[in-house]
Amino acid sequence: MQKGHTVAMSFPDAGAFADGSTPKSDLRLWLGKNASQLALAPSVVIVLVVIYGFMIWTGVISLTASKMLPNYSFVGFAQYDRLWSNPIWQIAVSNIFIFGFLFIGFSTAIGLALAILIDQKIRAEGFLRTVYLYPMALSFIVTGTAWKWILNPGLGLERLLHLWGWESFRFDWLVNTEYAIYTLVIAGVWQSSGFVMALFLAALRGIDEDLVKAARLDGAGATQIYRRIIIPQLGPTFMTVGVILMQQAVKSFDLVVALTSGGPGNSTNLPATFMYTQTFGRDQMAVGAASAIMILMTVAAIVVPYLYIDIRNNRDER
Amino acid sequence: MSADAIILQRGASHQVARIFIYVCLILFAAVYLMPLLVVVLTSVKDLDDIRNGSILSLPQRVTFEPWRQAWSEACIGLRCAGLKDFFINSVVMIVPSVTISTAGGAINGYALTQWKFRGADLIFAILLFGVFIPFQIILIPMARTLGAIGAANTMVGLIMVHVVYGIPFTTLFFRNFFLSLPSDLVKAARVDGAGFYQTLWRIILPISVPCFVVSIIWQFTNIWNDFIFGTTFTSGENVPVTVALNNVVNTTTGVKAYNVDMASVVMTALPTLAIYVFAGRYFLRGLMAGSIKG
Repeated sequence: MQKGHTVAMSFPDAGAFADGSTPKSDLRLWLGKNASQLALAPSVVIVLVVIYGFMIWTGVISLTASKMLPNYSFVGFAQYDRLWSNPIWQIAVSNIFIFGFLFIGFSTAIGLALAILIDQKIRAEGFLRTVYLYPMALSFIVTGTAWKWILNPGLGLERLLHLWGWESFRFDWLVNTEYAIYTLVIAGVWQSSGFVMALFLAALRGIDEDLVKAARLDGAGATQIYRRIIIPQLGPTFMTVGVILMQQAVKSFDLVVALTSGGPGNSTNLPATFMYTQTFGRDQMAVGAASAIMILMTVAAIVVPYLYIDIRNNRDER
Repeated sequence: MSADAIILQRGASHQVARIFIYVCLILFAAVYLMPLLVVVLTSVKDLDDIRNGSILSLPQRVTFEPWRQAWSEACIGLRCAGLKDFFINSVVMIVPSVTISTAGGAINGYALTQWKFRGADLIFAILLFGVFIPFQIILIPMARTLGAIGAANTMVGLIMVHVVYGIPFTTLFFRNFFLSLPSDLVKAARVDGAGFYQTLWRIILPISVPCFVVSIIWQFTNIWNDFIFGTTFTSGENVPVTVALNNVVNTTTGVKAYNVDMASVVMTALPTLAIYVFAGRYFLRGLMAGSIKG
């Protein structure tokens, strides 16, 4: 291709032979040769600006004294000091560990269990899969609002169980500073575990049957087959699931806004909600930018190695 | 596993195991469906009914009054005109956002695979990171930029935001789809002297319908469900329906009308839910494509 390009450039009339039309000008020929790059150019330019450019911009703001408006007097890393000594940020960081750990753990466990159960040649598989996966089609605002009602301490689940005869049942997590974070886990797992099931189910359907048959001939039971043969082969899927859920947890914003608004007190703030309230609510733009940089670095630390491995593996296969 | 199920073994315990599997699956299905049931039931009860019954009790008398109120009377702050206008905002926002981002993704995917050039993989990697970035990192600069170009708190501004951050996703879908096509098609067309767009239009587009469906459904769902862009870049009358829903629920004037809140929830959820029910297969493909890259 490189060679053809040189030839065409030195003989501008060459284009005339291809389609039998009048000789093309150098410009048209160049446009034709580079049509692919030109078609991509707008997207690439836009993405370079609105993704990479904006990252740098946010990074710059995090080094300034910006409050409500950007202010480009630099203060070094002072805002990061302020960030890490801010008690609400400390709560948000400890919350993301609790939330992330439980959200990923439960979603993975439930998703895998459902995938294994559904993979037993059962009836109505399509219907059940549809049921498990529909929460993924909903907005987190919808999910959060619905669960806020279900977990309502006066009229929700608590009352339901009272009416069913369990009089002493208490369930006030939503308004309890210590337990409110777990309501986010409940709603988050409800929304995401069906997706995890779909990922595992796809992987289960791709496993080599001969291995399983051989193991069965050797007299291995179902539990053994899963533990020794099938689950170990799901390694890459576990990684995919882990990476997706992890970055989803770090980005969690809507669910918190709809379900708890970060409260009671500041007990359910996550980094993403902290960033938003500092920047747009409390006019601490530089602190907000510093927290955004922390979020970006966390996501990048999770995703970049994964993408790198993924792209490299695919290149090897081709 | 297509031959036979692994837990499906012969012997006396076989029947017991099967029953156990079905009981588990049905229990889980009940748990997944419960919130939807609660929301729908609550949305057709009056407030007395809600106070006297439980979240799962059947309505004493079915009423669609909460739906009417949610649509045209529910209050956001002091404005009591329901979700209607915001629902329309979302529709107005979604049509151009989905169309432009899908068209852009198709052209990009085609350029990256069928008219490959040196550096195409690098460009793809640059675009791909856009699928994963946390949007917190771009909120401040984007708010400044929209302000500077006079698009702050406008529908046009919000549409632009959805288009630019949708393109990495749509590019990913189309690139992976076009990779699976035989490259001979385009080669043959090029030998015949067809140009870039001619080949795209005549050869590639007619066989890309499934990928368009995936991309459109994905973008529709994501953009309809968006909250962070809507709440950051628009306010007042211009917000999309998800933001309006959150505002309705958090408006505290007088008695808390849980039934109206839940009717608003169903209204907001209906478009994406309907798409999921009718085209779940394509929705799932979009989800999977977003997780397994190439």
